[in-house]
Amino acid sequence: MVNINVLITLIPLLPLLGFLIIALNVHKISHKKSSYLACGTILFSFILSITVFTHLLSLPADQRVLSITLVSWIQTSGFSADIAFLIDPLSSIMLLIITGVGFLIHVYSIGYMHDDAGYSRFFSYLNLFVFFMLLLVMGANYLLMFVGWEGVGLCSYLLIGFWFKNHDYNKAANKAFIMNRIGDLGLLLGVILIFINFGSIDYQTVFTNPSEVEVTTLTWITVLLFIGAMGKSAQIPLYTWLPDAMAGPTPVSALIHAATMVTAGVYMVARNNVLYALSPFTLQLILITGLATALFAATIALVQNDIKKVLAYSTVSQLGLMFVALGLGAFSSGIFHMATHAFFKALLFLGAGSVIHALRGEQDIRKMGGLKKLLPVTYITFFVAVLAISGIPPFAGFFSKDEILAHAFAYNPFVWGVALIASLLTVFYMFRLFYLTFYGTARDEKQTMDHIHDAPKSMAIPLIVLAVLSITGGFMNTPEVLLGSSWLQKFLSPVFASASGIEIHHLSHTTEYVLMALVVALTLVVIGIVYVQYVKKGHVPAGEGRLTGIQKVLYHKYYIDEFYDIIIVKPLFWISKTGDTIVEALAIDGIVNSMGRLVTGSSNVLRKLQTGSIGFYIFIMVIGIIMILTLTTLTGVAGQ
Amino acid sequence: MHHYLISFLIFSPLVAAFVGLLIPAKSESSFRYLTLIANAFQITVLFFMLGSYENASALQFVEQQSWITIGLGTWGTLKATYFVGVDGLSFPLIILSVFIMCIATISSWTVKQNVKGYFILLLILNASIIGSFTALDFLLFYLFFEFMLLPMFFLIAIWGGPRREYASIKFFLYTLLGSIFILIVMIGLYVSVHDPSSSGTLVHTFNLLHMSEPVNFISNSILDPNNPWQIGPYNGRLWAFLLLFIGFAIKLPMVPLHTWLPDAHVEASTPISVILAALLLKIGGYGLARIAYPIFPEAALYFGWFVGLMGVISIIYGALNAMASKDLKRLIAYSSVSHMGFVLLGIASLTAEGVTGSVYQMFSHGIISAMLFLLAGVLYDRTHDRMINTYSGLSSKMKSYTTMVLIAFFASLGLPGFSGFIAEIMVFLGAFRSNSATGVLPESFAIISTLGLILGAAYYLWTLQRMFFGPFNIKGHISEDQIFDLTKREYIMLVPLAAATLCFGIFPQPMLSVIDPFARHLTEFVLTTGKNLTLNL
Repeated sequence: MVNINVLITLIPLLPLLGFLIIALNVHKISHKKSSYLACGTILFSFILSITVFTHLLSLPADQRVLSITLVSWIQTSGFSADIAFLIDPLSSIMLLIITGVGFLIHVYSIGYMHDDAGYSRFFSYLNLFVFFMLLLVMGANYLLMFVGWEGVGLCSYLLIGFWFKNHDYNKAANKAFIMNRIGDLGLLLGVILIFINFGSIDYQTVFTNPSEVEVTTLTWITVLLFIGAMGKSAQIPLYTWLPDAMAGPTPVSALIHAATMVTAGVYMVARNNVLYALSPFTLQLILITGLATALFAATIALVQNDIKKVLAYSTVSQLGLMFVALGLGAFSSGIFHMATHAFFKALLFLGAGSVIHALRGEQDIRKMGGLKKLLPVTYITFFVAVLAISGIPPFAGFFSKDEILAHAFAYNPFVWGVALIASLLTVFYMFRLFYLTFYGTARDEKQTMDHIHDAPKSMAIPLIVLAVLSITGGFMNTPEVLLGSSWLQKFLSPVFASASGIEIHHLSHTTEYVLMALVVALTLVVIGIVYVQYVKKGHVPAGEGRLTGIQKVLYHKYYIDEFYDIIIVKPLFWISKTGDTIVEALAIDGIVNSMGRLVTGSSNVLRKLQTGSIGFYIFIMVIGIIMILTLTTLTGVAGQ
Repeated sequence: MHHYLISFLIFSPLVAAFVGLLIPAKSESSFRYLTLIANAFQITVLFFMLGSYENASALQFVEQQSWITIGLGTWGTLKATYFVGVDGLSFPLIILSVFIMCIATISSWTVKQNVKGYFILLLILNASIIGSFTALDFLLFYLFFEFMLLPMFFLIAIWGGPRREYASIKFFLYTLLGSIFILIVMIGLYVSVHDPSSSGTLVHTFNLLHMSEPVNFISNSILDPNNPWQIGPYNGRLWAFLLLFIGFAIKLPMVPLHTWLPDAHVEASTPISVILAALLLKIGGYGLARIAYPIFPEAALYFGWFVGLMGVISIIYGALNAMASKDLKRLIAYSSVSHMGFVLLGIASLTAEGVTGSVYQMFSHGIISAMLFLLAGVLYDRTHDRMINTYSGLSSKMKSYTTMVLIAFFASLGLPGFSGFIAEIMVFLGAFRSNSATGVLPESFAIISTLGLILGAAYYLWTLQRMFFGPFNIKGHISEDQIFDLTKREYIMLVPLAAATLCFGIFPQPMLSVIDPFARHLTEFVLTTGKNLTLNL
């Protein structure tokens, strides 16, 4: 058998190779070749990930860590970092999601992007993204993770602004990159603090002796790292880039802005669980941030009319829920929800993409309706995803969401209450979206409706596969109370073992049953309300002008963008303008130029002494001599 | 032969310049090829040096010849030597210089006006740059340093843009002011330092290595560390350090002594901008690390926070001004100010990481700024308009050009994978660790300076958005057929630079191994020597 280290190394290298080949021949390569190359490399990475995963499974539970050092990357007297990979249960799960879902979305893109002028460019970026994402999760030290972290940010930037002729799309791309950079600075400072305090940036060194560092320092480190996570995973206050990021092609939204990149923050916090377990303050902060984000984003999603915007706010909200799990110390529940979310949210986006594709770019749900019969595959798979995200048993979302809610209830019923409201709002806006899109009468112009066709094969297959995963994905961690074995939790437990110091409360089975039943019952009630409102009564959301009160505030997303514009963007531009026109031009250059003028001016005056008349010169000379003589005599007298 | 390699580097362009003088001005292309041959010869010599360079803190390829020895009777003997060598500080800059000068030659291919004069000046400039980076005798350094000004002045004043006279005089006077400060210190050092190898007689030396040993100072001389004499608040040595600092900071340039730079860049032609940004600015950082810090270590410790603070101010102020710039070249010039701030911050930290990062930043900025100015030149050559708001959606018409701009911009904003990232992360590490390791800089300096990364992303992405994306549109009387993609000659210049910044970003170790011994040596020397010297305040 081939050395497992070689296989691990190949996992990220293949997508990189795919990127290089396509990017260097981007104008020459045929569409077919570039898509085969891009999909093929990811498929290979996926197969390798499965191989590595099964290899890991074949090892005893306490030895499931493979770390390989490829090459010493930076080696100076003070600082060193290797190019090294760490494969453990956590990163192996991430690998499967990234390459698996990544492959499906690659295949989907063949159909979705088929007539786009930038077809090969698109696939090259997509491959590059997968490479950086793999680097992020496989890196065995913070610097490598940071490289992946910034790299996925770059790809996100390139792909959001993929249709570069549209100014708004570029603005969205800029916003995403800059807002992420703010978070990245937090991450960078956290990494630097880790290096200064631990003397190393290798995970293994840092995680072995975390208690050697003071708690205050650890709190600083974990808060700074979490700021990084806020940026990448779109948490309050750094979330506003994600809804705008929907400017990118829909497969990008599915891959980067739903399934993988935005969950990097969750991965990073989970990866550092050892440090977080020692900083209760930060865990509280994460819990509050997550809870607030989950609720806040869900309320905005209630009134949005752009199909992708609804899904984007839903992603923000769901990410909040994952952070709630992390904040509670239930790291494996966070990862579990991340996995199921990757399936059903990717499916939702791809389904939305299929709708948009069929309607030739229409994204407004008020102009959809009645698509049930016209797009059967999309309809059924989308329905599965909606059930999954709403937490209807036995779909995937039910198990992962229930786990988080149970932990929340055990921690504090208030936390549970807020999380529950956020979940019920999710049910509301998802069914609202679903009914408005697929039920009722067609509200779009006739012309498009006549030519409408369901997803082509390359798009339909990923939809079906993801639908199957959305149905079955929850069974990887069926809780004991539902006669399961909590496989994922056990599999991940070596990674989170040292964090077991955090007391995770457990509920009695009866309480769990009651809670489950209650949640499901409430969910069904909400679905009923939505059904009556949007199907029975056929209500269609009003246009912007007719909104009132709270609806208007929600529609305008609480005016947060405007707020940031006033307190950050405008002042920044003002400072830079003032710096340029006043400090630079008037003060600094003013002084410089007036010095020049002073010299020319004074020499103009002094020049007049040079009259050219010998008599004048002699006169001055005589006076000078007399003065010198007088002075020397005077000082001589004084000296004596 | 190893002992002559540096001399080959310095004098081959001068020989070529002399040959050029003998060629009649009419045969224009012969000057181009002559310069290119000199560049090729330098590259060959450089490969010999690369082959036998050892990663150690010791000086290598050292050559020392007697040059000026004048007996001055009771005033002792004046001794200046032709003393050159390279170490981890100068070697990266030599590598950079040789390649950038070659690219500048290729970029100058289209010069039409007074070709003979232009290329001869370029060759003289080449020799003086290499000389400045290798000289280990203060007088020799000063000679090369001053010699650089003259060709540069004419290259801006004759072959520059519309406001070239204002810009060239500003450049000249500013730099001259800095040189005078350096000159004053040089004279002070000359009278204060004696050559320890000459037993019995008093021999005044310009040898930089002798100057950095406190025992070589003549007791009660003006710069003797034990001389209690003061002017105002400081003794002679602290003043001397400040004068050197200002002299080199003008060159760097540091805010608020930087205003010559945007003007000079805007008016200079593309190849001259490239040389200015990639090489001439580095003399500032080089001078601090080679002269100011080792010779006045206690002053370096005393003023370290000030140097660091000015670095932080340069980083932020430069970035803010870049954001407000309407002219593409001006924007790049201000981004240089911002990036050179990292050099100051890194040196000031007095940690091995910081100094390594600082030298790496000089090297990396040399590559990236050369690329940026070449790219600005590509557009200017086509349209003679550098204003950002003239253009929109250029990427539709200039695909490869846009790709190159993307690479250069992202390299400059410090994205991992590019050389600037390695440099900046090392500087941050050093600046952050400075408080606990050496106590020179507070942590807040490092934290504030990281804001430069956000601002960098902001001004570059905003430029991309305005100029390259969106629907294609050009204002003014530029016709559409003036806009065409990169030519072969432009590829030849840009591709190696893009490859270099990627290469040194992904595989930084070879260059780090060169720099690290120097950084360790410098910081240890400054810390131990500086702490032993008492500050007479």
